[in-house]
Amino acid sequence: MTARSGVWLVVMVVALVLVPVLIGSPFYVNLASQVLIYAILAMSLNLLVGFGGLTSLGHAAYLGFAAYVTIYLTTLAGFGQFSGALIALVATTGLAMLFGFLALRASGLGFLMITLALGQILWGLAFRWVSLTGGDNGLGGMQRPHPFGIDLGDPNAFYYFALCFFLVAFAGIALFVRSPFGHSLRGSRDQPRRMRALGYNVWFVQWCGFVYAGFWGAIAGILYAYYNQFVSPHALNLMTSAETLLMVIAGGAGTLFGPIVGAVLVVVLKNVVSAYIARWVMLLGAVFVMIVLFMPEGLVPGTTRWTKLALGRRRRAAGGGPGEATGTAAVQERSS
Amino acid sequence: MNFWVIQGLNGLAFGSLLFILAAGFSLIFGLMRVANLAHGAFFMLGAYVGLSAIDNGMNFWVAILIGGLTVCVLGGVMEGLILRRLAGQPLAQVLVTLGIAFIIADGCLWLWSGDPRPLPMPSELQGVLRFGGLIFPKYRLFVVVVAVCLAGALWLLLERSRVGAMIRAGVDDMEMARVMGIRTSLLFPLVFCLGSALAGAGGVLAGPILSVYPSMDTDMLPMALVVVILGGVGSLGGAFVGALVIGFIYSYGQALVPDLAYVILFLPMVLVLTIRPTGLFGRRLV
Repeated sequence: MTARSGVWLVVMVVALVLVPVLIGSPFYVNLASQVLIYAILAMSLNLLVGFGGLTSLGHAAYLGFAAYVTIYLTTLAGFGQFSGALIALVATTGLAMLFGFLALRASGLGFLMITLALGQILWGLAFRWVSLTGGDNGLGGMQRPHPFGIDLGDPNAFYYFALCFFLVAFAGIALFVRSPFGHSLRGSRDQPRRMRALGYNVWFVQWCGFVYAGFWGAIAGILYAYYNQFVSPHALNLMTSAETLLMVIAGGAGTLFGPIVGAVLVVVLKNVVSAYIARWVMLLGAVFVMIVLFMPEGLVPGTTRWTKLALGRRRRAAGGGPGEATGTAAVQERSS
Repeated sequence: MNFWVIQGLNGLAFGSLLFILAAGFSLIFGLMRVANLAHGAFFMLGAYVGLSAIDNGMNFWVAILIGGLTVCVLGGVMEGLILRRLAGQPLAQVLVTLGIAFIIADGCLWLWSGDPRPLPMPSELQGVLRFGGLIFPKYRLFVVVVAVCLAGALWLLLERSRVGAMIRAGVDDMEMARVMGIRTSLLFPLVFCLGSALAGAGGVLAGPILSVYPSMDTDMLPMALVVVILGGVGSLGGAFVGALVIGFIYSYGQALVPDLAYVILFLPMVLVLTIRPTGLFGRRLV
C-alpha cells in the first residue's frame, strides 16, 4: 500500500468513527449501517469480480442464505445468538464451497450464467418452501443480540457494531489481496495459462477465492439479519445480486476502495430515489447501462486517473519531467 | 396411469415453451457470444404487447405477430445501438443486457400494473381432446405442434440454407469465417432479431398457459439458462432435449413435490456440470 492510500485509509477510519456524531439523526445513522453491510458484501464480491476476474451474478445467495439460517436458528430452532451466527457462518461457507465447485466448471459467461442459476435455486427454495421459510412472508421476530451487555437496538450502538465487522472485513480482504495467494489469484485472472505453466493449480486458487468471498458474504448476511430482524426472498433475488455487482463495477472493480464508494452510491441513491419515485428498478437499469457505456472502469479508478493526469499536467507545466512519467504510467497501468 | 400420461403431456407442453424461449437465447449466444440476460424480459414484453393487442380487439394470431415484431425491432435496436459498440467485451455486453432487462421489467410494471392477467386463447383452440379415457386441452397440444414445427424450420434454416451455413461457420470459428469472406457483421443483427422475435412470440404463445405477470422475466430467464447449460451452447438439438427434460421434471415435480419443484429443476444442470461441463450436445465449454 502506498503512502497516499495509507493516508486515505486513516481519513476513512476517522470519518467512519465520527459518522454518528456528525449526523446525529437516527434515520441517517441507520442508513450508514446499511451502507456498511452492503459494503462488506460488495467487497467480498469484488474478490471474485475484480481480483479473480470471475463475474458472479449470484452473490446475494450468501447474504440471503446466512440471514435465513441465522434467523431460523435463533427464532424457530431455539439456538443462542452466538451459536446461531456461528452455524450460519459455517453453513454459508460450506454452501460457497459447493457452489464454487459447480460454478468453476466454466469460466467467463458460463460462470456468470451458472452463478445466476444457482442463486435462483436458493430464491426458489425461499419463495416456495413455505413450511420452512415462510414463503413470500419471510421470517421475522428476531431480536438483535446483546454482546457484552450492549443493546444493539440503539442505532449508534448497531452502527459501531457493524463498523467493527466492516473494518475487520476491509483488513481481511486487503491483506488477502496483497498476500502471495492474492497475487496468484490475480495471476489466474490475467494469465491462467502462464500460471498453469508455472505450476499453480488455477482451479484451486479460484475456488479458494470463491470460498473466501462466500465467507465475507456470510458475515454481511448475518449483519443483514441483525439489522432488519427479518428476511424475505427479496434478500436472495437477482435484483439484490445485480445491485451488489453494480456497487462493485460503479465504484471500480479490482480496487480496495471502489466497492465501498459503490455501496455508498447505490444505497444512498436507492433510499433517496425511492422516497420520491417508485421507479428505482428502472433507474438501476439505466445506471447500469450508463456506467458500462461511459465509465467502464468505475468511479474510483476513473477519478484517480483524472487527478493523476491533472496533477501530472500541473507538474509538467512547473517544469518537471517526473510528472509526465506518473501520468503515462497511470494510463499504462489501466490499459495493461 | 392417467396421472403419468397427463403430467407427461403437461411436461411436453411446458418443455415446448421452454424450447421456443431457449432456442432464441442459444442462437444468439452461440453465434455472438452474448449472453442476453434481457431474454426473459423480451419474453414477458412480448406477452404484454400481445395482451394489449387482444385487448384492442385483434385476434390471437395477429397478437403473436405483433408481440414477435415489437420485440424483434427492440432487439435489433439494442444490438445496433448498444451491443455493437461493445463488441469484443462480453462482460460489458452482458451487464448492459442486464440493465436493459431491469428497464423493460420495470417499464412493464409501470404500463400494465402488477396484477397477473390471463391471456385469452383463440376460440378455435379452446376445449379438450379425448383419447380413450384421457382428456387433454387442445391448446397445449397446439403449443407442442408449434414447437416441433419451429424446431424443424430452424433445423432447415441452419442446416440446409446458405445463411445457416454462414451462421454455423460463425459459431464454429468466427475468425476463420471472416477470413473466408462471410460478413458476420450482417449476420449478427439478423440472428439477434430472429432470437428476439422468438422470445416475443413465445411470450404471447405462453400467455394462455402461464398467464402474464410481472416476475415472468426472472422466472423464465433462469430456465432458459438451465436449458442452454444442459443442452450445450449453440446447439439446437441440445436446446430441444434440454427443454423437454426440464419440462418433464417441472411437470412431475410440481405434482409430486410441490415445495421443491422449482429446486429439482436445477438438479440436471448440477449433474451435467459435474460430469460433462460442455453440456449434453455442446463441443465447447460454456
